Amino acid sequence: MSYIPGQPMTAVAQRIEIQKLRQGDHLILGFSIGGGIDQDPGQNPFSEDKTDKGIYVTRITPGGPADVAGLVMGDKILQVNGWDMTMVTHDQARKRLTKKKEDVVRLLVTRKSLEKAVKQSMSH
Amino acid sequence: MDTESTHSGYSYSSRSGRSNRHGRERHKAGSSKDSSRSERSVVINPPDTPSQDSPVHNGEPLPGEPTLAADHGEDAQDDNWGETTTAVTGTSELSVSQEEVVGLGKGIQDRTHSFRRYLPLAVGLCVGLLVLATPLDFLLLPAVMWPDRLQACGAACEGLFLSIAFKLLMLLVAIWALFLRPGRASLPRMCVYRAFLTTLTLLLTMSYWLFYGVRILDPQDEDYHGIVQFAVSLVDSQLFVHYLAVVLLQLRQLQPCYSVCVIRSTDGETRHYNVGQTSIQRAALSILEFYYRDFPLHNPSLLSAAKQRAAKHLAELKVYNVDAPGNAAGAQPANGTQSRAMASAAAAAKRKDSAHNELYYEEADYERRVRKRRARLVVAVEEAFTHVRRMKKEDERASPSDIMDVHEAALAIFPSMARALQKYLRTTKRQHCHSMENIQKHLAFCLTNNMSPKAFLETYLAPGPTLQYGPERWMADQWTLISEASVTSGIKQGSEFLLRCLDFSLAVTVKSIPYIRLTEEYIDPKTHKFLLLLQSETSV
Repeated sequence: MSYIPGQPMTAVAQRIEIQKLRQGDHLILGFSIGGGIDQDPGQNPFSEDKTDKGIYVTRITPGGPADVAGLVMGDKILQVNGWDMTMVTHDQARKRLTKKKEDVVRLLVTRKSLEKAVKQSMSH
Repeated sequence: MDTESTHSGYSYSSRSGRSNRHGRERHKAGSSKDSSRSERSVVINPPDTPSQDSPVHNGEPLPGEPTLAADHGEDAQDDNWGETTTAVTGTSELSVSQEEVVGLGKGIQDRTHSFRRYLPLAVGLCVGLLVLATPLDFLLLPAVMWPDRLQACGAACEGLFLSIAFKLLMLLVAIWALFLRPGRASLPRMCVYRAFLTTLTLLLTMSYWLFYGVRILDPQDEDYHGIVQFAVSLVDSQLFVHYLAVVLLQLRQLQPCYSVCVIRSTDGETRHYNVGQTSIQRAALSILEFYYRDFPLHNPSLLSAAKQRAAKHLAELKVYNVDAPGNAAGAQPANGTQSRAMASAAAAAKRKDSAHNELYYEEADYERRVRKRRARLVVAVEEAFTHVRRMKKEDERASPSDIMDVHEAALAIFPSMARALQKYLRTTKRQHCHSMENIQKHLAFCLTNNMSPKAFLETYLAPGPTLQYGPERWMADQWTLISEASVTSGIKQGSEFLLRCLDFSLAVTVKSIPYIRLTEEYIDPKTHKFLLLLQSETSV
């Protein structure tokens, strides 16, 4: 998942659709994000490349909407509802995920095991 | 049998060697201070006589020592030398005893000491007078010897008189300041630099006199201006020699070059000092001055515990191998265990194992005792100090019998703390350092200067530097410098020498201070910029 700035990036991605859950006044998704271009990438435990400033899933509430939808801890979020998440600040990422008017978020996520799975299926 | 007993080391007939041995014997008795004085008596042992029980040889010729034979040849008339010569140890009634020999040496030593103390002063005075008198002589002699032919002294010449006067005054003050001070110590050998400077000064003065005598006195030069200028040049040269003296004697040893480690042999107190480039004897002198300031007083009673342990250890090693029970009584080891060899060996081994245990508990016990006594002492002193107060204005109405001066006040409060103080000093084995008068004097001093009880006690709680105590503890004239290198050579990296006092010694090692290479680095103040590293986690 490391990439050279300015060059196109390829990754094996998975679409995940999460239904927001209403809790009182808020709509929650049931996971936590970390990362962003204004954050320190060296402290990210999930990234392969420690210069990667993308948004990662750091925690999943068990039984929450994200867990039910199949989001796994350590996933890197590439897109949210069509909006890019590889070059955003932490606050911008939070805002795009918590829009009050949207009930559903469609994420494009990538993880290491996806590539392995693709390779395995290609070698068969 | 008439015999003549003479002092050991002299032989009646070997007159040729007599004066030599005279000097040697005296020198040996006077200058050595080491403790093996008992081997001083010399026994002249003719080669074929096995024992020296009786010092008298009855008519038998002494066998050939070559000096005796040679002198016998010279002294043809003295045929009785076989009967009249005796070689005696200190047992004969007419011989001089050991103490008297030492006393002889000491008498000479005292005279030489006072002579040596004032010798540098005397030499300095003579050279100083010579130095001051010479330019004045140069100026006066032409005016006295050929006044009529002398050219008149113009204004420039008289200006030079002024310059000579002031320069001589400065030279006088400078010589007094540097050389004519009473010496603060007496070193074993004279200072090489001083000798060099004295020689240089004398050489300079002599060469000027020579030149003056040959070129001015003999032809009776009339140019007085030239003579005055010559005298001025002499005074200038002397001032420069004095500058050289200041550099060599004072400035050279100021810059620290060597780091010196001083260890006291009895209790291992160690200090480090920085000294400059000096000779070994001068370095020893500065180290002794530091010793009197920094090292705590040497207390032999504190070392007795270690000695007792060592003695006990040695005693237990005497485990005799006993074969028969009958011999057991004669072969008992000193610690008094059973006479059977194995049992005593086992007991000795067990005691060796428990020696460290004993030490540990003994030390813990001692610490506790000292702290208890100290607590009692502190309380007693604080209470004593509350009884006395400085007189204020409103107390002037009080009866005169209540008003005391400081010594009476000290005497009044002293008894309440005396016992606690003495017990504390006894426990820490320092009671011999402080006498009652000293304590009362110190108490009066503290009361005069409004000191707190803690300030008063500080002198007694810890052993202070040697100078704090009376002159009888200083032993300032008992120091011996023991060195393999010559004591006038300079100290170098790796020099070692020993400074011995009566019952302890200071081992000194010299290391040079490393050559420090300092580099610089310039940091532009505008480069001090920082980033904030965040790692936040938001739940959505």
